[in-house]
Amino acid sequence: MQSTIASVSTQEVKPLEQLLEKIADHKGCGTSSEGGKASCGSSGGPADMAPEVWEKVKNHPCYSEEAHHHYARMHVAVAPACNIQCNYCNRKYDCANESRPGVVSEKLTPEQASKKVLAVASAIPQMTVLGIAGPGDPLANPAKTFKTFELIAKTAPDIKLCLSTNGLALPDHVDTIKGFNVDHVTITINMVDPEIGQHIYPWIFWKNKRLTGIEAARILTERQMLGLEMLTAAGVLCKINSVMIPGINDKHLVEVNKAVKSRGAFLHNIMPLISAPEHGTVFGLTGQRGPTAQELKALQDSCEGDMNMMRHCRQCRADAVGLLGEDRSAEFTTEKIDEMSEVVYDAATRKAYQELVEAERSEKVAAKEAAMADLDVTDIKIMIAVATKGQGRVNEHFGHATEFQIYEVGSNGSKFIGHRRVDLYCQGGFGEEEALPSVVNAINDCHAVFVAKIGGCPRDELKAAGIDPVDRFANEFIEESAITYFKEYFARVCAREIVHVDRGDADIRQGAYTAAA
Amino acid sequence: MAYEIVASLCTGCCACEPECPNEAISEKKNVFIIDPEKCTECIGHFDEPQCVAVCPIDHTCIIDMAYPRYEVTA
Repeated sequence: MQSTIASVSTQEVKPLEQLLEKIADHKGCGTSSEGGKASCGSSGGPADMAPEVWEKVKNHPCYSEEAHHHYARMHVAVAPACNIQCNYCNRKYDCANESRPGVVSEKLTPEQASKKVLAVASAIPQMTVLGIAGPGDPLANPAKTFKTFELIAKTAPDIKLCLSTNGLALPDHVDTIKGFNVDHVTITINMVDPEIGQHIYPWIFWKNKRLTGIEAARILTERQMLGLEMLTAAGVLCKINSVMIPGINDKHLVEVNKAVKSRGAFLHNIMPLISAPEHGTVFGLTGQRGPTAQELKALQDSCEGDMNMMRHCRQCRADAVGLLGEDRSAEFTTEKIDEMSEVVYDAATRKAYQELVEAERSEKVAAKEAAMADLDVTDIKIMIAVATKGQGRVNEHFGHATEFQIYEVGSNGSKFIGHRRVDLYCQGGFGEEEALPSVVNAINDCHAVFVAKIGGCPRDELKAAGIDPVDRFANEFIEESAITYFKEYFARVCAREIVHVDRGDADIRQGAYTAAA
Repeated sequence: MAYEIVASLCTGCCACEPECPNEAISEKKNVFIIDPEKCTECIGHFDEPQCVAVCPIDHTCIIDMAYPRYEVTA
Protein backbone atom coordinates (compact mmCIF):
# COMPACT_ATOMS: atom_id res chain seq x y z
CA MET A 1 0.00 0.00 0.00
CA GLN A 2 1.38 3.34 -0.99
CA SER A 3 0.56 6.38 1.06
CA THR A 4 1.59 9.97 0.76
CA ILE A 5 1.19 12.88 3.12
CA ALA A 6 -1.80 14.94 2.00
CA SER A 7 -0.91 17.97 -0.04
CA VAL A 8 -2.01 21.31 1.34
CA SER A 9 -2.46 22.91 -2.05
CA THR A 10 -5.06 25.58 -2.62
CA GLN A 11 -6.01 24.12 -5.98
CA GLU A 12 -8.80 21.82 -4.97
CA VAL A 13 -9.62 19.97 -8.16
CA LYS A 14 -6.76 18.88 -10.35
CA PRO A 15 -7.08 18.37 -14.09
CA LEU A 16 -7.84 14.81 -15.09
CA GLU A 17 -4.42 14.40 -16.64
CA GLN A 18 -2.67 15.04 -13.36
CA LEU A 19 -5.05 12.84 -11.44
CA LEU A 20 -4.77 9.94 -13.85
CA GLU A 21 -1.00 10.23 -13.96
CA LYS A 22 -0.85 10.26 -10.21
CA ILE A 23 -2.84 7.04 -10.18
CA ALA A 24 -0.82 5.59 -13.03
CA ASP A 25 2.26 6.10 -10.85
CA HIS A 26 0.69 3.70 -8.39
CA LYS A 27 -0.45 1.23 -11.01
CA GLY A 28 2.32 1.40 -13.57
CA CYS A 29 0.05 2.19 -16.52
CA GLY A 30 0.40 5.19 -18.73
CA THR A 31 -2.72 7.28 -19.05
CA SER A 32 -2.97 10.90 -19.90
CA SER A 33 -5.68 13.26 -20.94
CA GLU A 34 -6.49 16.53 -22.57
CA GLY A 35 -7.00 18.04 -19.17
CA GLY A 36 -10.25 18.72 -17.41
CA LYS A 37 -11.95 21.56 -15.73
CA ALA A 38 -12.18 22.62 -12.17
CA SER A 39 -15.57 22.26 -10.63
CA CYS A 40 -17.33 21.83 -7.40
CA GLY A 41 -19.31 18.74 -6.66
CA SER A 42 -23.02 18.40 -6.90
CA SER A 43 -25.05 15.80 -5.12
CA GLY A 44 -28.09 16.84 -7.10
CA GLY A 45 -30.15 18.40 -4.35
CA PRO A 46 -32.72 21.15 -4.64
CA ALA A 47 -30.10 23.87 -4.10
CA ASP A 48 -28.61 23.40 -7.58
CA MET A 49 -31.66 22.23 -9.48
CA ALA A 50 -34.74 23.86 -10.94
CA PRO A 51 -37.82 22.92 -8.88
CA GLU A 52 -39.64 21.38 -11.87
CA VAL A 53 -36.63 19.15 -12.55
CA TRP A 54 -36.35 18.14 -8.90
CA GLU A 55 -40.03 17.22 -9.01
CA LYS A 56 -39.25 14.78 -11.83
CA VAL A 57 -36.22 13.17 -10.23
CA LYS A 58 -36.82 13.29 -6.49
CA ASN A 59 -38.41 9.84 -6.36
CA HIS A 60 -36.29 8.31 -9.12
CA PRO A 61 -33.43 6.33 -7.58
CA CYS A 62 -31.41 6.33 -10.82
CA TYR A 63 -31.64 10.09 -11.35
CA SER A 64 -31.09 11.28 -7.78
CA GLU A 65 -28.39 10.01 -5.45
CA GLU A 66 -30.40 11.31 -2.52
CA ALA A 67 -33.50 9.40 -3.68
CA HIS A 68 -31.67 6.12 -4.12
CA HIS A 69 -31.40 5.60 -0.37
CA HIS A 70 -35.19 5.66 -0.09
CA TYR A 71 -36.83 4.62 -3.33
CA ALA A 72 -36.66 1.42 -5.31
CA ARG A 73 -36.92 0.57 -9.00
CA MET A 74 -37.60 -2.49 -11.01
CA HIS A 75 -36.70 -3.60 -14.49
CA VAL A 76 -38.83 -5.99 -16.53
CA ALA A 77 -37.02 -8.09 -19.09
CA VAL A 78 -39.44 -7.79 -21.99
CA ALA A 79 -36.89 -6.69 -24.59
CA PRO A 80 -34.46 -9.50 -25.44
CA ALA A 81 -33.50 -8.50 -29.01
CA CYS A 82 -30.66 -6.10 -29.72
CA ASN A 83 -29.64 -4.19 -32.82
CA ILE A 84 -25.95 -3.69 -32.06
CA GLN A 85 -23.06 -5.71 -30.66
CA CYS A 86 -20.82 -4.30 -27.94
CA ASN A 87 -17.45 -5.75 -27.00
CA TYR A 88 -18.38 -5.70 -23.30
CA CYS A 89 -21.56 -7.71 -23.76
CA ASN A 90 -22.11 -11.43 -24.19
CA ARG A 91 -25.70 -12.47 -24.53
CA LYS A 92 -24.89 -16.14 -24.06
CA TYR A 93 -23.97 -15.78 -20.43
CA ASP A 94 -26.44 -15.83 -17.57
CA CYS A 95 -25.97 -16.53 -13.91
CA ALA A 96 -28.33 -15.86 -11.03
CA ASN A 97 -25.55 -14.34 -8.95
CA GLU A 98 -24.46 -12.00 -11.70
CA SER A 99 -25.27 -8.35 -11.54
CA ARG A 100 -24.59 -6.81 -14.91
CA PRO A 101 -26.70 -5.19 -17.59
CA GLY A 102 -27.79 -7.63 -20.27
CA VAL A 103 -28.16 -10.47 -17.77
CA VAL A 104 -31.56 -11.88 -16.84
CA SER A 105 -32.85 -15.16 -15.50
CA GLU A 106 -36.02 -15.21 -17.60
CA LYS A 107 -37.69 -13.01 -20.16
CA LEU A 108 -41.29 -11.86 -19.78
CA THR A 109 -44.24 -11.10 -22.01
CA PRO A 110 -45.78 -7.64 -21.56
CA GLU A 111 -48.71 -9.27 -19.73
CA GLN A 112 -46.43 -11.15 -17.33
CA ALA A 113 -44.41 -7.99 -16.81
CA SER A 114 -47.49 -5.96 -15.99
CA LYS A 115 -48.63 -8.46 -13.36
CA LYS A 116 -45.14 -8.59 -11.90
CA VAL A 117 -45.04 -4.80 -11.58
CA LEU A 118 -48.29 -4.81 -9.61
CA ALA A 119 -47.06 -7.60 -7.34
CA VAL A 120 -43.80 -5.79 -6.63
CA ALA A 121 -45.54 -2.44 -6.14
CA SER A 122 -47.76 -4.03 -3.50
CA ALA A 123 -44.88 -5.74 -1.70
CA ILE A 124 -42.43 -2.81 -1.97
CA PRO A 125 -44.41 0.44 -1.54
CA GLN A 126 -41.29 2.54 -2.14
CA MET A 127 -40.93 1.09 -5.66
CA THR A 128 -41.63 4.18 -7.75
CA VAL A 129 -39.98 3.47 -11.10
CA LEU A 130 -40.45 0.84 -13.77
CA GLY A 131 -37.65 0.68 -16.29
CA ILE A 132 -37.15 -1.37 -19.42
CA ALA A 133 -33.48 -1.93 -19.98
CA GLY A 134 -33.25 -5.07 -22.02
CA PRO A 135 -31.66 -7.56 -21.73
CA GLY A 136 -31.35 -6.39 -25.36
CA ASP A 137 -32.42 -2.93 -26.43
CA PRO A 138 -35.97 -1.75 -25.60
CA LEU A 139 -36.28 0.10 -28.89
CA ALA A 140 -35.19 -2.95 -30.88
CA ASN A 141 -38.35 -4.50 -29.37
CA PRO A 142 -40.72 -1.54 -29.69
CA ALA A 143 -43.99 -3.51 -29.74
CA LYS A 144 -43.18 -5.36 -26.49
CA THR A 145 -41.75 -2.30 -24.77
CA PHE A 146 -44.67 -0.01 -25.53
CA LYS A 147 -47.29 -2.69 -24.86
CA THR A 148 -45.77 -3.08 -21.38
CA PHE A 149 -45.90 0.69 -20.81
CA GLU A 150 -49.51 0.76 -21.97
CA LEU A 151 -50.58 -1.98 -19.54
CA ILE A 152 -48.79 -0.43 -16.57
CA ALA A 153 -49.93 3.13 -17.28
CA LYS A 154 -53.49 1.80 -17.11
CA THR A 155 -53.27 -0.11 -13.83
CA ALA A 156 -50.59 1.78 -11.90
CA PRO A 157 -50.59 5.37 -13.15
CA ASP A 158 -48.38 6.65 -10.30
CA ILE A 159 -45.41 4.52 -11.35
CA LYS A 160 -42.84 6.37 -13.42
CA LEU A 161 -41.92 4.72 -16.69
CA CYS A 162 -38.41 4.89 -18.07
CA LEU A 163 -36.18 3.11 -20.53
CA SER A 164 -32.55 2.67 -21.39
CA THR A 165 -31.35 2.39 -24.99
CA ASN A 166 -28.24 2.30 -27.14
CA GLY A 167 -29.85 5.05 -29.22
CA LEU A 168 -29.66 3.48 -32.68
CA ALA A 169 -33.44 3.30 -33.07
CA LEU A 170 -34.19 6.22 -30.74
CA PRO A 171 -35.05 8.96 -33.28
CA ASP A 172 -37.82 6.74 -34.70
CA HIS A 173 -39.57 6.44 -31.32
CA VAL A 174 -39.31 9.83 -29.62
CA ASP A 175 -42.97 10.69 -30.31
CA THR A 176 -44.19 7.38 -28.87
CA ILE A 177 -41.95 7.77 -25.81
CA LYS A 178 -43.37 11.23 -25.25
CA GLY A 179 -46.88 9.85 -25.79
CA PHE A 180 -46.47 7.49 -22.82
CA ASN A 181 -45.36 10.39 -20.60
CA VAL A 182 -41.94 8.84 -20.19
CA ASP A 183 -39.92 11.50 -18.36
CA HIS A 184 -36.62 9.66 -18.19
CA VAL A 185 -34.58 8.05 -20.95
CA THR A 186 -31.06 6.73 -20.59
CA ILE A 187 -28.79 6.49 -23.63
CA THR A 188 -25.55 4.55 -23.49
CA ILE A 189 -22.96 6.67 -25.28
CA ASN A 190 -19.38 5.46 -25.13
CA MET A 191 -17.90 7.66 -27.84
CA VAL A 192 -18.59 10.56 -30.19
CA ASP A 193 -15.67 9.65 -32.50
CA PRO A 194 -16.16 6.68 -34.88
CA GLU A 195 -12.40 6.02 -34.83
CA ILE A 196 -12.78 5.14 -31.16
CA GLY A 197 -16.22 3.60 -31.64
CA GLN A 198 -14.93 0.91 -33.97
CA HIS A 199 -12.95 -0.56 -31.05
CA ILE A 200 -16.08 -0.78 -28.90
CA TYR A 201 -18.78 -1.84 -31.38
CA PRO A 202 -17.95 -4.69 -33.77
CA TRP A 203 -21.20 -4.22 -35.68
CA ILE A 204 -24.64 -2.67 -35.87
CA PHE A 205 -27.74 -3.95 -37.66
CA TRP A 206 -28.93 -1.03 -39.75
CA LYS A 207 -31.42 -0.93 -42.61
CA ASN A 208 -31.33 -4.69 -43.14
CA LYS A 209 -27.55 -4.85 -43.19
CA ARG A 210 -24.85 -5.73 -40.72
CA LEU A 211 -22.42 -2.80 -40.80
CA THR A 212 -18.97 -2.92 -39.23
CA GLY A 213 -16.01 -0.69 -38.44
CA ILE A 214 -15.98 3.08 -38.69
CA GLU A 215 -19.15 3.20 -40.77
CA ALA A 216 -21.11 1.38 -38.08
CA ALA A 217 -19.76 3.61 -35.32
CA ARG A 218 -20.43 6.75 -37.36
CA ILE A 219 -24.10 5.88 -37.88
CA LEU A 220 -24.48 4.92 -34.23
CA THR A 221 -23.04 8.18 -32.92
CA GLU A 222 -25.13 10.23 -35.39
CA ARG A 223 -28.30 8.47 -34.27
CA GLN A 224 -27.40 8.85 -30.59
CA MET A 225 -26.80 12.59 -30.91
CA LEU A 226 -29.98 13.08 -32.95
CA GLY A 227 -32.03 11.07 -30.47
CA LEU A 228 -30.60 13.02 -27.53
CA GLU A 229 -31.38 16.35 -29.19
CA MET A 230 -34.93 15.25 -30.00
CA LEU A 231 -35.57 14.04 -26.46
CA THR A 232 -34.28 17.16 -24.75
CA ALA A 233 -36.30 19.29 -27.20
CA ALA A 234 -39.34 17.27 -26.15
CA GLY A 235 -38.63 17.95 -22.46
CA VAL A 236 -37.56 14.40 -21.56
CA LEU A 237 -34.76 14.15 -18.99
CA CYS A 238 -31.81 12.25 -20.46
CA LYS A 239 -29.20 10.35 -18.53
CA ILE A 240 -26.10 9.31 -20.43
CA ASN A 241 -24.41 6.06 -19.48
CA SER A 242 -20.77 5.66 -20.53
CA VAL A 243 -18.59 2.63 -19.96
CA MET A 244 -15.03 3.63 -19.01
CA ILE A 245 -12.64 1.41 -20.94
CA PRO A 246 -9.03 2.23 -20.02
CA GLY A 247 -6.84 2.83 -23.07
CA ILE A 248 -9.83 2.94 -25.44
CA ASN A 249 -12.21 5.70 -24.38
CA ASP A 250 -11.13 6.85 -20.90
CA LYS A 251 -9.64 10.15 -22.07
CA HIS A 252 -12.28 10.50 -24.77
CA LEU A 253 -15.14 10.40 -22.25
CA VAL A 254 -14.30 14.01 -21.36
CA GLU A 255 -15.25 14.86 -24.98
CA VAL A 256 -18.36 12.71 -24.71
CA ASN A 257 -19.29 14.61 -21.56
CA LYS A 258 -18.99 17.94 -23.38
CA ALA A 259 -20.97 16.65 -26.37
CA VAL A 260 -23.89 15.36 -24.33
CA LYS A 261 -23.90 18.34 -22.01
CA SER A 262 -24.14 20.73 -24.96
CA ARG A 263 -27.14 18.76 -26.22
CA GLY A 264 -28.99 19.11 -22.96
CA ALA A 265 -28.33 15.81 -21.17
CA PHE A 266 -29.28 16.02 -17.50
CA LEU A 267 -27.00 13.48 -15.88
CA HIS A 268 -23.82 11.65 -16.87
CA ASN A 269 -23.13 8.20 -15.48
CA ILE A 270 -19.59 6.99 -16.11
CA MET A 271 -19.38 3.34 -15.15
CA PRO A 272 -16.38 1.01 -14.89
CA LEU A 273 -15.96 -1.64 -17.58
CA ILE A 274 -16.88 -5.10 -16.33
CA SER A 275 -14.67 -7.59 -18.15
CA ALA A 276 -14.14 -10.76 -16.15
CA PRO A 277 -12.81 -13.45 -18.53
CA GLU A 278 -15.49 -15.92 -17.42
CA HIS A 279 -18.20 -13.66 -18.86
CA GLY A 280 -16.91 -14.51 -22.33
CA THR A 281 -17.14 -10.98 -23.69
CA VAL A 282 -14.62 -9.79 -26.30
CA PHE A 283 -13.03 -7.49 -23.73
CA GLY A 284 -13.03 -10.27 -21.15
CA LEU A 285 -11.23 -12.60 -23.55
CA THR A 286 -8.71 -10.04 -24.80
CA GLY A 287 -7.72 -9.15 -21.25
CA GLN A 288 -8.97 -5.56 -21.47
CA ARG A 289 -8.91 -4.32 -17.89
CA GLY A 290 -11.46 -2.13 -16.16
CA PRO A 291 -10.50 1.03 -14.25
CA THR A 292 -9.49 1.13 -10.61
CA ALA A 293 -11.71 2.92 -8.12
CA GLN A 294 -9.55 6.04 -8.07
CA GLU A 295 -9.18 6.16 -11.89
CA LEU A 296 -12.96 6.12 -12.16
CA LYS A 297 -13.32 8.79 -9.49
CA ALA A 298 -10.72 11.01 -11.16
CA LEU A 299 -12.59 10.89 -14.47
CA GLN A 300 -15.94 11.53 -12.77
CA ASP A 301 -14.45 14.43 -10.80
CA SER A 302 -12.99 15.99 -13.95
CA CYS A 303 -16.36 15.86 -15.75
CA GLU A 304 -18.31 17.25 -12.84
CA GLY A 305 -19.25 20.86 -13.34
CA ASP A 306 -22.55 22.31 -14.32
CA MET A 307 -23.65 18.79 -15.18
CA ASN A 308 -24.51 16.23 -12.51
CA MET A 309 -22.43 13.09 -12.39
CA MET A 310 -24.08 9.88 -11.30
CA ARG A 311 -21.93 7.87 -8.94
CA HIS A 312 -24.49 5.56 -7.40
CA CYS A 313 -25.15 3.32 -10.42
CA ARG A 314 -24.98 -0.40 -9.56
CA GLN A 315 -24.87 -1.52 -13.22
CA CYS A 316 -27.85 -3.68 -12.45
CA ARG A 317 -29.47 -6.54 -14.26
CA ALA A 318 -32.28 -6.10 -16.77
CA ASP A 319 -34.60 -7.82 -14.25
CA ALA A 320 -33.43 -6.15 -11.03
CA VAL A 321 -35.96 -5.39 -8.27
CA GLY A 322 -35.52 -3.26 -5.16
CA LEU A 323 -33.27 -0.51 -3.86
CA LEU A 324 -30.22 -0.03 -6.07
CA GLY A 325 -27.88 -1.77 -3.65
CA GLU A 326 -30.11 -4.80 -3.16
CA ASP A 327 -31.68 -7.28 -5.54
CA ARG A 328 -34.98 -8.87 -4.65
CA SER A 329 -35.67 -10.32 -8.10
CA ALA A 330 -35.56 -13.87 -6.72
CA GLU A 331 -38.71 -13.11 -4.69
CA PHE A 332 -40.64 -12.31 -7.85
CA THR A 333 -39.94 -15.08 -10.34
CA THR A 334 -42.52 -15.78 -13.06
CA GLU A 335 -43.39 -19.00 -11.28
CA LYS A 336 -44.25 -17.12 -8.09
CA ILE A 337 -46.11 -14.36 -9.95
CA ASP A 338 -48.15 -16.92 -11.87
CA GLU A 339 -49.19 -18.53 -8.58
CA MET A 340 -50.74 -15.27 -7.42
CA SER A 341 -54.40 -15.33 -8.44
CA GLU A 342 -55.07 -11.63 -8.72
CA VAL A 343 -52.88 -8.76 -7.64
CA VAL A 344 -54.70 -5.79 -6.19
CA TYR A 345 -52.95 -2.48 -6.65
CA ASP A 346 -53.16 -0.68 -3.32
CA ALA A 347 -52.44 2.92 -4.21
CA ALA A 348 -53.53 4.26 -0.80
CA THR A 349 -51.04 2.16 1.19
CA ARG A 350 -48.28 3.11 -1.20
CA LYS A 351 -49.06 6.80 -0.78
CA ALA A 352 -49.15 6.55 3.02
CA TYR A 353 -45.82 4.73 3.09
CA GLN A 354 -44.21 7.24 0.77
CA GLU A 355 -45.33 10.08 3.02
CA LEU A 356 -43.41 8.44 5.90
CA VAL A 357 -40.38 8.17 3.65
CA GLU A 358 -40.63 11.88 2.82
CA ALA A 359 -40.74 12.80 6.51
CA GLU A 360 -37.59 10.78 7.19
CA ARG A 361 -35.85 12.32 4.18
CA SER A 362 -36.50 15.83 5.48
CA GLU A 363 -35.15 14.81 8.88
CA LYS A 364 -32.01 13.43 7.21
CA VAL A 365 -31.35 16.61 5.22
CA ALA A 366 -31.88 18.78 8.30
CA ALA A 367 -29.48 16.64 10.35
CA LYS A 368 -26.78 16.98 7.69
CA GLU A 369 -27.19 20.75 7.49
CA ALA A 370 -26.99 21.08 11.27
CA ALA A 371 -23.81 18.99 11.39
CA MET A 372 -22.20 21.13 8.68
CA ALA A 373 -22.77 24.37 10.58
CA ASP A 374 -19.38 24.50 12.35
CA LEU A 375 -17.07 22.74 9.89
CA ASP A 376 -13.53 24.08 9.82
CA VAL A 377 -11.87 25.09 6.55
CA THR A 378 -9.17 22.64 5.48
CA ASP A 379 -7.88 20.90 2.35
CA ILE A 380 -7.97 17.56 4.09
CA LYS A 381 -10.52 15.09 2.77
CA ILE A 382 -11.16 11.58 3.98
CA MET A 383 -13.15 8.71 2.57
CA ILE A 384 -15.54 6.61 4.61
CA ALA A 385 -17.10 3.27 3.68
CA VAL A 386 -20.59 2.65 5.06
CA ALA A 387 -22.56 -0.56 5.59
CA THR A 388 -26.21 0.33 5.01
CA LYS A 389 -29.51 -1.31 4.16
CA GLY A 390 -31.03 1.98 2.99
CA GLN A 391 -32.85 5.01 4.42
CA GLY A 392 -29.56 6.86 4.49
CA ARG A 393 -28.62 5.24 7.80
CA VAL A 394 -25.68 3.24 9.14
CA ASN A 395 -27.79 0.14 9.66
CA GLU A 396 -26.00 -2.92 8.31
CA HIS A 397 -23.74 -5.42 10.09
CA PHE A 398 -20.23 -5.51 8.64
CA GLY A 399 -20.52 -9.21 8.00
CA HIS A 400 -23.86 -8.92 6.19
CA ALA A 401 -22.82 -6.19 3.77
CA THR A 402 -22.67 -7.10 0.08
CA GLU A 403 -21.61 -3.56 -0.74
CA PHE A 404 -20.24 -0.49 1.00
CA GLN A 405 -21.30 3.03 0.11
CA ILE A 406 -18.38 5.42 -0.13
CA TYR A 407 -18.50 9.02 1.09
CA GLU A 408 -15.88 11.72 0.74
CA VAL A 409 -15.89 14.20 3.60
CA GLY A 410 -14.14 17.55 3.89
CA SER A 411 -14.74 21.23 4.51
CA ASN A 412 -17.60 21.24 2.02
CA GLY A 413 -19.41 18.50 3.89
CA SER A 414 -20.02 14.95 2.82
CA LYS A 415 -20.55 13.62 -0.67
CA PHE A 416 -21.53 10.19 -1.95
CA ILE A 417 -18.83 9.21 -4.42
CA GLY A 418 -19.48 5.55 -5.10
CA HIS A 419 -20.03 2.09 -3.81
CA ARG A 420 -18.00 -1.10 -3.71
CA ARG A 421 -19.37 -4.59 -4.02
CA VAL A 422 -17.85 -7.21 -1.78
CA ASP A 423 -18.32 -10.86 -1.02
CA LEU A 424 -20.26 -11.47 2.13
CA TYR A 425 -17.82 -11.58 5.01
CA CYS A 426 -20.23 -13.38 7.26
CA GLN A 427 -21.81 -16.69 6.25
CA GLY A 428 -24.47 -17.82 8.68
CA GLY A 429 -22.68 -16.35 11.66
CA PHE A 430 -19.19 -17.54 10.77
CA GLY A 431 -16.71 -15.03 9.48
CA GLU A 432 -14.97 -16.37 6.40
CA GLU A 433 -11.30 -15.68 6.65
CA GLU A 434 -10.66 -15.51 2.93
CA ALA A 435 -13.35 -12.89 2.36
CA LEU A 436 -11.75 -10.19 4.48
CA PRO A 437 -8.78 -9.37 2.23
CA SER A 438 -11.23 -8.77 -0.64
CA VAL A 439 -13.25 -6.40 1.56
CA VAL A 440 -10.07 -4.55 2.51
CA ASN A 441 -9.06 -4.30 -1.17
CA ALA A 442 -12.48 -2.90 -2.04
CA ILE A 443 -12.39 -0.13 0.57
CA ASN A 444 -8.64 0.32 0.80
CA ASP A 445 -8.91 4.01 -0.13
CA CYS A 446 -11.11 4.68 2.93
CA HIS A 447 -9.97 5.94 6.31
CA ALA A 448 -12.89 4.45 8.22
CA VAL A 449 -15.76 2.02 7.81
CA PHE A 450 -19.10 2.74 9.50
CA VAL A 451 -21.09 -0.32 10.52
CA ALA A 452 -24.07 -1.12 12.74
CA LYS A 453 -22.09 -3.94 14.30
CA ILE A 454 -18.79 -5.76 13.75
CA GLY A 455 -17.11 -8.83 15.18
CA GLY A 456 -13.76 -8.84 16.99
CA CYS A 457 -11.70 -10.54 14.28
CA PRO A 458 -12.58 -8.32 11.34
CA ARG A 459 -12.25 -5.29 13.63
CA ASP A 460 -8.64 -6.15 14.39
CA GLU A 461 -7.82 -6.95 10.77
CA LEU A 462 -9.30 -3.68 9.51
CA LYS A 463 -7.27 -1.79 12.09
CA ALA A 464 -4.16 -3.61 10.94
CA ALA A 465 -4.91 -2.47 7.39
CA GLY A 466 -5.20 1.12 8.60
CA ILE A 467 -8.99 1.37 8.31
CA ASP A 468 -10.84 2.54 11.41
CA PRO A 469 -13.87 0.32 12.17
CA VAL A 470 -16.62 2.53 13.66
CA ASP A 471 -19.84 1.18 15.19
CA ARG A 472 -20.81 4.08 17.44
CA PHE A 473 -23.02 5.62 14.71
CA ALA A 474 -25.22 2.52 14.52
CA ASN A 475 -28.64 3.43 13.09
CA GLU A 476 -27.72 7.13 12.77
CA PHE A 477 -27.94 9.08 9.51
CA ILE A 478 -24.87 8.44 7.34
CA GLU A 479 -23.96 11.96 6.29
CA GLU A 480 -24.52 13.56 9.68
CA SER A 481 -22.31 10.84 11.20
CA ALA A 482 -19.66 11.22 8.51
CA ILE A 483 -19.39 14.96 9.15
CA THR A 484 -19.23 14.40 12.91
CA TYR A 485 -16.46 11.84 12.41
CA PHE A 486 -14.57 14.21 10.12
CA LYS A 487 -14.70 16.99 12.69
CA GLU A 488 -13.21 14.69 15.32
CA TYR A 489 -10.62 13.41 12.86
CA PHE A 490 -9.58 16.93 11.91
CA ALA A 491 -9.37 17.96 15.56
CA ARG A 492 -7.00 15.04 16.20
CA VAL A 493 -4.88 16.03 13.17
CA CYS A 494 -4.69 19.60 14.50
CA ALA A 495 -3.72 18.30 17.95
CA ARG A 496 -1.01 16.21 16.24
CA GLU A 497 -2.44 13.00 17.66
CA ILE A 498 -2.59 11.55 14.15
CA VAL A 499 -1.03 12.36 10.78
CA HIS A 500 -3.39 12.59 7.82
CA VAL A 501 -2.41 10.44 4.83
CA ASP A 502 -4.10 9.63 1.53
CA ARG A 503 -5.06 6.00 1.51
CA GLY A 504 -4.18 5.07 -2.08
CA ASP A 505 -6.38 3.09 -4.46
CA ALA A 506 -8.98 0.32 -4.29
CA ASP A 507 -10.31 -2.47 -6.49
CA ILE A 508 -13.61 -2.45 -8.32
CA ARG A 509 -15.19 -5.81 -7.74
CA GLN A 510 -15.85 -7.88 -10.89
CA GLY A 511 -17.95 -10.91 -11.56
CA ALA A 512 -20.40 -12.93 -9.54
CA TYR A 513 -20.56 -13.19 -5.78
CA THR A 514 -18.40 -16.23 -5.25
CA ALA A 515 -19.70 -16.61 -1.72
CA ALA A 516 -23.30 -15.56 -2.32
CA ALA A 517 -25.74 -16.60 0.36
CA MET B 1 -30.85 -24.60 -49.24
CA ALA B 2 -32.36 -22.93 -46.26
CA TYR B 3 -30.98 -21.52 -43.05
CA GLU B 4 -31.27 -23.31 -39.74
CA ILE B 5 -30.67 -22.19 -36.16
CA VAL B 6 -28.28 -24.16 -33.99
CA ALA B 7 -30.44 -24.69 -30.91
CA SER B 8 -27.51 -25.06 -28.51
CA LEU B 9 -26.22 -21.61 -29.49
CA CYS B 10 -29.53 -19.76 -29.70
CA THR B 11 -30.07 -17.36 -26.77
CA GLY B 12 -33.77 -17.01 -27.56
CA CYS B 13 -33.36 -13.27 -27.94
CA CYS B 14 -35.90 -13.17 -30.81
CA ALA B 15 -33.96 -10.56 -32.79
CA CYS B 16 -34.26 -12.68 -35.95
CA GLU B 17 -37.99 -13.31 -35.80
CA PRO B 18 -39.32 -9.91 -36.90
CA GLU B 19 -36.52 -9.44 -39.46
CA CYS B 20 -37.41 -12.53 -41.51
CA PRO B 21 -39.17 -11.40 -44.72
CA ASN B 22 -40.85 -14.80 -45.04
CA GLU B 23 -42.14 -15.16 -41.49
CA ALA B 24 -40.27 -18.44 -41.42
CA ILE B 25 -38.98 -18.04 -37.86
CA SER B 26 -40.91 -19.01 -34.75
CA GLU B 27 -40.21 -19.80 -31.10
CA LYS B 28 -40.14 -23.32 -29.81
CA LYS B 29 -39.08 -24.24 -26.27
CA ASN B 30 -37.31 -20.92 -25.63
CA VAL B 31 -35.21 -21.08 -28.80
CA PHE B 32 -36.07 -20.14 -32.35
CA ILE B 33 -36.46 -22.37 -35.39
CA ILE B 34 -36.61 -21.70 -39.12
CA ASP B 35 -39.21 -23.37 -41.29
CA PRO B 36 -37.10 -24.59 -44.23
CA GLU B 37 -40.15 -24.63 -46.48
CA LYS B 38 -40.55 -20.88 -46.02
CA CYS B 39 -36.87 -19.81 -45.92
CA THR B 40 -35.62 -18.22 -49.14
CA GLU B 41 -32.18 -17.31 -47.71
CA CYS B 42 -33.51 -13.77 -48.18
CA ILE B 43 -32.77 -14.07 -51.90
CA GLY B 44 -34.87 -11.51 -53.71
CA HIS B 45 -35.46 -9.59 -50.48
CA PHE B 46 -32.13 -8.47 -49.09
CA ASP B 47 -28.43 -8.59 -49.86
CA GLU B 48 -27.71 -10.73 -46.84
CA PRO B 49 -29.75 -13.23 -44.83
CA GLN B 50 -31.37 -11.16 -42.09
CA CYS B 51 -31.21 -13.81 -39.36
CA VAL B 52 -27.44 -14.15 -39.86
CA ALA B 53 -26.95 -10.39 -39.89
CA VAL B 54 -28.85 -9.66 -36.70
CA CYS B 55 -27.97 -12.73 -34.59
CA PRO B 56 -25.75 -11.79 -31.61
CA ILE B 57 -23.99 -15.16 -31.58
CA ASP B 58 -21.82 -16.00 -34.58
CA HIS B 59 -22.41 -19.33 -36.37
CA THR B 60 -25.88 -19.75 -34.88
CA CYS B 61 -27.81 -19.22 -38.13
CA ILE B 62 -26.16 -21.54 -40.65
CA ILE B 63 -26.94 -23.07 -44.05
CA ASP B 64 -28.89 -26.30 -43.77
CA MET B 65 -27.25 -28.52 -46.40
CA ALA B 66 -30.22 -30.89 -46.39
CA TYR B 67 -32.12 -28.51 -48.62
CA PRO B 68 -31.31 -27.50 -52.20
CA ARG B 69 -30.24 -23.97 -52.98
CA TYR B 70 -33.22 -21.66 -53.13
CA GLU B 71 -34.10 -20.51 -56.63
CA VAL B 72 -36.29 -17.62 -57.57
CA THR B 73 -39.19 -18.94 -59.60
CA ALA B 74 -40.33 -16.80 -62.44
